Amino acid sequence: MSYLTLSIALIFVIIPLVLSKTLRLGLEKDTIIAAIRSIIQLLAVGYLLQYVFDAEHMVYIWLMIVLMIGAATQNARRKGSTIPGITWKLIVTFVFIEVLTQSILLGLSITPATAQYIIPISGMIIGNSMVLSILFLNRFTSEVEDHQDETELILTLGGTPKQAIHDQLIRAIKASTIPTIESQKTIGLVQLPGMMSGQIIAGADPVRAVQFQLLILFLLLTTAVVTSIMVGYLSYPTLFNERMQFVRWKRRGERSQ
Amino acid sequence: MSTQAAIRFENVFYSMRGDTILKNITGMFPEGQITTIVGPSGAGKSTLFKLCNGLQSPDAGEIMISDKPIVDYEPIELRRHVGIALQQATMIRGDVMENLNLPQQLQGKQITEQRAKELLEVVGLKQDILHRDSKDLSGGQRQKLSIARTLVNYPKILLLDEITSSLDRVSQQDIEHLIQKINKKYGTTMVWITHNLEQALTIGNYTWVMMEGEVVETGESSLLKDPKDKRVKQFVKGEFE
Ligand SMILES: Nc1ncnc2c1ncn2[C@@H]1O[C@H](COP(=O)(O)OP(=O)(O)O)[C@@H](O)[C@H]1O
Ligand SMILES: [Mg+2]
Repeated sequence: MSYLTLSIALIFVIIPLVLSKTLRLGLEKDTIIAAIRSIIQLLAVGYLLQYVFDAEHMVYIWLMIVLMIGAATQNARRKGSTIPGITWKLIVTFVFIEVLTQSILLGLSITPATAQYIIPISGMIIGNSMVLSILFLNRFTSEVEDHQDETELILTLGGTPKQAIHDQLIRAIKASTIPTIESQKTIGLVQLPGMMSGQIIAGADPVRAVQFQLLILFLLLTTAVVTSIMVGYLSYPTLFNERMQFVRWKRRGERSQ
Repeated sequence: MSTQAAIRFENVFYSMRGDTILKNITGMFPEGQITTIVGPSGAGKSTLFKLCNGLQSPDAGEIMISDKPIVDYEPIELRRHVGIALQQATMIRGDVMENLNLPQQLQGKQITEQRAKELLEVVGLKQDILHRDSKDLSGGQRQKLSIARTLVNYPKILLLDEITSSLDRVSQQDIEHLIQKINKKYGTTMVWITHNLEQALTIGNYTWVMMEGEVVETGESSLLKDPKDKRVKQFVKGEFE
């Protein structure tokens, strides 16, 4: 595909713009921003990757991973900004999940140790880890707020902070990982996964594309569960002080949602 | 009358997000007796209880529990020593048995069915509700169950927060007898927040009147018959009519 054909594809940006204008949906501005941003960001990444692949130097791989973790942290911490120290908790989580998955992949020679494999797979792992941590933090925050009476009850009876928050923690871990697990049950039936579709269109053998897709799916299962558990166990202690007091009381009726 | 203090407050202040909720609280709950606390809602009564149970800490002042500064207790030890039945009578998911078992479960133990039934009996609940889902209990049943659950830890001091608010007259009398019974039987120091002045007067040995975060009057419960403070006079008049 040439840049000329790609520019003709801008028709698919114009269609929603026209519809939004005529029906007064007010989506024009966001649609334009989205289109421009995706063009700039993806082209930049494309050229960057080409450069890194050509350079064949480990330093660039490290740099890319650091960049991805930085961007993911930046994005996710906004959601959990009420939790003290959330930034380093997220960094620890992303670094851990990256190290865990890559050491298994490379250690067992599942994938070769080249930029072409390490970078895209890391991107998917860290990106999903970011989404999961946002899902988890949203859910955990509302669980904690909605069930602070139970937390209070368990503390009054002489329970530890961990006991007082356990059910909320488990529910939030479950709720945030379920979408990943559920979506894998129907995968391929309705919609082909984006990565696999891309590979097939680009000319790869479908069975090989499927093998890679499966690898990614399994990686994402680990990513989802490990991320939620790690962010959860790193975050809950900040809800309490050293006197085992819950420090985030919301007045009845002023809880968000 | 012995005036050994189970809990003693000295110039206790507490504020939350800039609002002063308790102002210069000084006073005591006599050991082995029944103290009643009355006062309009928002006076800081429930907050006072949470300080006694270590759920929150005062900003200033000292609280002595059984003659030992509250800060010298391990939080868990303190919370088992000073039991509290919360105003909302919160239940955990599960049946009555699971709720009664909660204090034991938190210590990795298990309550026997025998003891669970005894506790139900003590608070005047029928034993056949043992396996009923806590969601299906009435407000009154929950309040009684909440007391029974607090008793599982054998607290030396028991704080009861408006536990009769959703009870009918007959059940209220049951609870009054229950409070006296627990007090007699185990020698437990009882502190009871109630909005019913008649109860505060007849059940209490000792009474606190709180308003706007302050203790405006304390003394033997008969003080309610003839309060000195003007605000208390008015409050009492309004409540007794
Ligand atoms: N979580 C909270 N955050 C802020 N203020 C609170 C909170 N809980 C209670 N308060 C305030 O503290 C004051 C005392 O409340 P409370 O102790 O519940 O009074 P009472 O039990 O006498 O009705 C009230 O003004 C109430 O609005
Ligand atoms: Mg109250």
